[in-house]
Amino acid sequence: MEQPGAADVLRIENLRISFTLHGQPNEVVKGVSLRVPAGRTVALVGESGSGKTVISQAVMGLLPRNGFITEGQILFADPAKPGKLVDLASLDRDGRKMRRLRGGRIGMVFQEPMSSLSPVHTIGNQIEEALQLHRPHPRREARAVTERMLDLVGFRDPHRSYDQYSFELSGGLRQRAMLAMALICRPALLIADEPTTALDVTIQAQVLKLMKDLQQEIGMAILLITHDLGVVANMADEVVVAYRGQVMEAGTAEDIFRRPQHPYLKALLKASPDFDMKPGERLVALRDIAPVLPREFARRADEIPARVTELIRPAAPPVLLSVRNLRKTYGGKKGAGVVAVDDVSFDVLRGQCLGLVGESGSGKSTVGHMIMRSRSADSGSIIVNDAAGPIDVRALEGAALRAFRPRMQMIFQDPVSSLSPRMTVLDIIREPMIIQGAGTDAEQKRRAVELMECVGLDPRFLSRYPHSFSGGQRQRIGIARAIALNPELIICDEPVSALDVSVQAQVLNLLKDLQASLGLTYLFVSHNLAVVHYMAARIAVMARGRIVEIGPRDAIFERAAHPYTQALLKAVPLPDLDRRLDFATCVPSASMSDPANWPETFRGGAPGQLAMVDLGGGHLVLADPACTLRDLTAA
Amino acid sequence: MLLRYILRRILIMIPTLLVTSALIFTVMELPPSDYFETYVAEMAAQGEKADTSRIEFLKREYGFDRPPIERYFYWIANFVQGDFGYSFEYEMPVRDVVGDRLALTILVSFCTILMTWIVAFPIGIYSATHQYSWADYGLTFIGLLGIAVPHFLLALIFMYFANVWFGLSIGGLMDPVYLNQPMSWEKAQSILAHLWIPVLIIGAGGTGSMVRAIRANLLDELQKQYYVTAKAKGLPPFRALTKYPLRMSLNFFISHIGDVLPAIVSGSELTAVVLSLQTTGPLLLRALQSQDMYLAGSFLLFLSCLTVVGVLISDIALAFLDPRIRLQGGSTK
Repeated sequence: MEQPGAADVLRIENLRISFTLHGQPNEVVKGVSLRVPAGRTVALVGESGSGKTVISQAVMGLLPRNGFITEGQILFADPAKPGKLVDLASLDRDGRKMRRLRGGRIGMVFQEPMSSLSPVHTIGNQIEEALQLHRPHPRREARAVTERMLDLVGFRDPHRSYDQYSFELSGGLRQRAMLAMALICRPALLIADEPTTALDVTIQAQVLKLMKDLQQEIGMAILLITHDLGVVANMADEVVVAYRGQVMEAGTAEDIFRRPQHPYLKALLKASPDFDMKPGERLVALRDIAPVLPREFARRADEIPARVTELIRPAAPPVLLSVRNLRKTYGGKKGAGVVAVDDVSFDVLRGQCLGLVGESGSGKSTVGHMIMRSRSADSGSIIVNDAAGPIDVRALEGAALRAFRPRMQMIFQDPVSSLSPRMTVLDIIREPMIIQGAGTDAEQKRRAVELMECVGLDPRFLSRYPHSFSGGQRQRIGIARAIALNPELIICDEPVSALDVSVQAQVLNLLKDLQASLGLTYLFVSHNLAVVHYMAARIAVMARGRIVEIGPRDAIFERAAHPYTQALLKAVPLPDLDRRLDFATCVPSASMSDPANWPETFRGGAPGQLAMVDLGGGHLVLADPACTLRDLTAA
Repeated sequence: MLLRYILRRILIMIPTLLVTSALIFTVMELPPSDYFETYVAEMAAQGEKADTSRIEFLKREYGFDRPPIERYFYWIANFVQGDFGYSFEYEMPVRDVVGDRLALTILVSFCTILMTWIVAFPIGIYSATHQYSWADYGLTFIGLLGIAVPHFLLALIFMYFANVWFGLSIGGLMDPVYLNQPMSWEKAQSILAHLWIPVLIIGAGGTGSMVRAIRANLLDELQKQYYVTAKAKGLPPFRALTKYPLRMSLNFFISHIGDVLPAIVSGSELTAVVLSLQTTGPLLLRALQSQDMYLAGSFLLFLSCLTVVGVLISDIALAFLDPRIRLQGGSTK
């Protein structure tokens, strides 16, 4: 590395941390060394279980009660007190010396901006508390300092926001408040633990930019802890890659991204989807799985190509799912509530994958739930085309609905809460068959074994409970459950957003394989554009309950017409040093999901004025139909 | 906003209490007999003759010859005006029967609750912050013992050992010579001297469960991220604890206040019987046995009123203390 350690704010040397579990020590950090130079950003990258968060807790003296530093040093050199080194590892965790540094000279920002702030104290109170602890001011002056800090982190009206509560703020603003709290004492070091993971992509870009700006303003060093290589490429000067409590590779961002050495790092880089992937290109999962197609499936898979080729002759495959003018309002009496889904229409072709992209609150999940009939739509139609003719899903009731259910299944976001902890895997996979009365006991068990093989899990695990599986394995159990009844359409609601990058590639590949071999049709709901790019042939972009743009993948990614789609695409951090986010242009000052910030052509004055305008090739955009094609493509 | 909420809650109390009173009345009417029949039967069993003309008079006076519906409305109408009816057993108005004992009951209950809080809070906080330590296990064990042992049993044990070891009679709330005497300095002293035993006995179980509840609630809050944030700011441990997790765990405590109000008045029935305390508990028990319906019914309805008011007070206090309730009221999906 470049210079000797004199200018390092933080130097961790051979750090070992153990947790006592049931009286047994369990080492989770195994001799980690890293450094953070003054005023620079160092990213500590790793998947869950890499020990990256534990390291940050150790620096802050915030290890859980059963965690202990068994060896090593955490040397903190405060630039304000040159020549003085403090070994944080040797300090009493809650002692006076540690407390003076914590929050004063070292600030910290956490992942969950909602739960990190107390809901019963105003944010002003919470931020000012940090100031008063370390740099006491007279009361009125303290408020002024706090308001100046709120202004600095981008609150529009600091005076009013001082008295607001965290639940009155959006996720992005909450994270800004956290930054204000961590930085109000102008620390020498900021530790940011997944600071943008819980945020939407455009908000993420804003917060990343803010962190860069504040670094310029305050001059602190940043230890950025993240699993997202895209964020790393855009923020870090130096990178440390951790895996299972050990450093795999460390170096400058240039070295890490251009000349990765360690196989783990190389694999990690290959496992993350990006926009450059060609159609048909496969992600390389760290541990790939080969699904075994069971006999029953094989039979069905044999039929499908014949059926598809036969049907392909007339231009395109037939429409399986057709959604028209779907609407849903929450709360309020008759129209007074929040419009969650507004006039949504799209078609999904048989065997295709339609990606539904949007930020939180865009209504994308609600659409999925309404198609599943787990929530009722206010109006509109959901038609599933069948060999025997169209089925109106919204009109199905009682036995007819029950008989129809097996044809549509769902894969959920959270692999933990979507599996009952009190049921064995066998019971979980069998449950749909039991509900539908499909086959005898023995047949159901045989089928469960086939399904386990199908998702690459050992059938001997059937008698285990979900807690003994990892996140990726649980998600595969969820997939096995979803395909248990041979559905035609599967709604995937953020199926990989809770998974690590390496496992994410594995699950995505599995979904692709199953789609090809079983002829499945997917509605793939996600906030992650790279994942949707990998999975979907057609993509619909939702904002504020409406589809603002829909089209073939390439049209959306290369010729996006809607300003919202453009903003989304620009805000995605890519793990590529040559295409860093241009913070000056990619970060709109205002929220781009708010139609008020769109140009006239896309805003529409009167209600109902906007319509889907055809740009050719099945590429449609929500705009004022009065404008010309040139207006739209120029915008 | 808050004012409208309170007003709405008060209006909702009216139908709630009407339904409760109808239920109480129905239950009172359910047994095939009434007080007078029980009374006549008792007299006959003792070989005496009851005064039939007097019974006839009372029956007419209190409308026992009329349909139950009419009697119900008669009762309610009087109740609202402060006339709680007539106790046949004591042969005086319910208000006078209860009134004497109410002050003593409130005194005992108030001291009990105060003791519960003073003891339970430090123990609960200590247990939560030192989870799985020996002290936590020990305190938990004692607390469970307090919950598990019935009050009346504890009372009997106390009485037995007080008698065997000290030759003391610890029953009652005052020395028998002061019974039915007007309040005086000596009487007050005697009451205070007797008070601590029932308070200790009645409070034992309450303290135990209170410790459990505080410990559980605080443990939940101690896991929360905002507590880590507070520590990350450099707050001293005790201040971080009291300002954030403890403050949040108070919500449970405040919603508990609603239950306290009726408990203050009802007095622990069984313990009071065993210790022969002059509180309302034994009174209610006796009234229910003898089907002294106005005494029992009015007392139960009075307790219902206190419950409803207590819950309202809890909810208003919660709204004041928790901005989430105050500012987002009603906007749950």
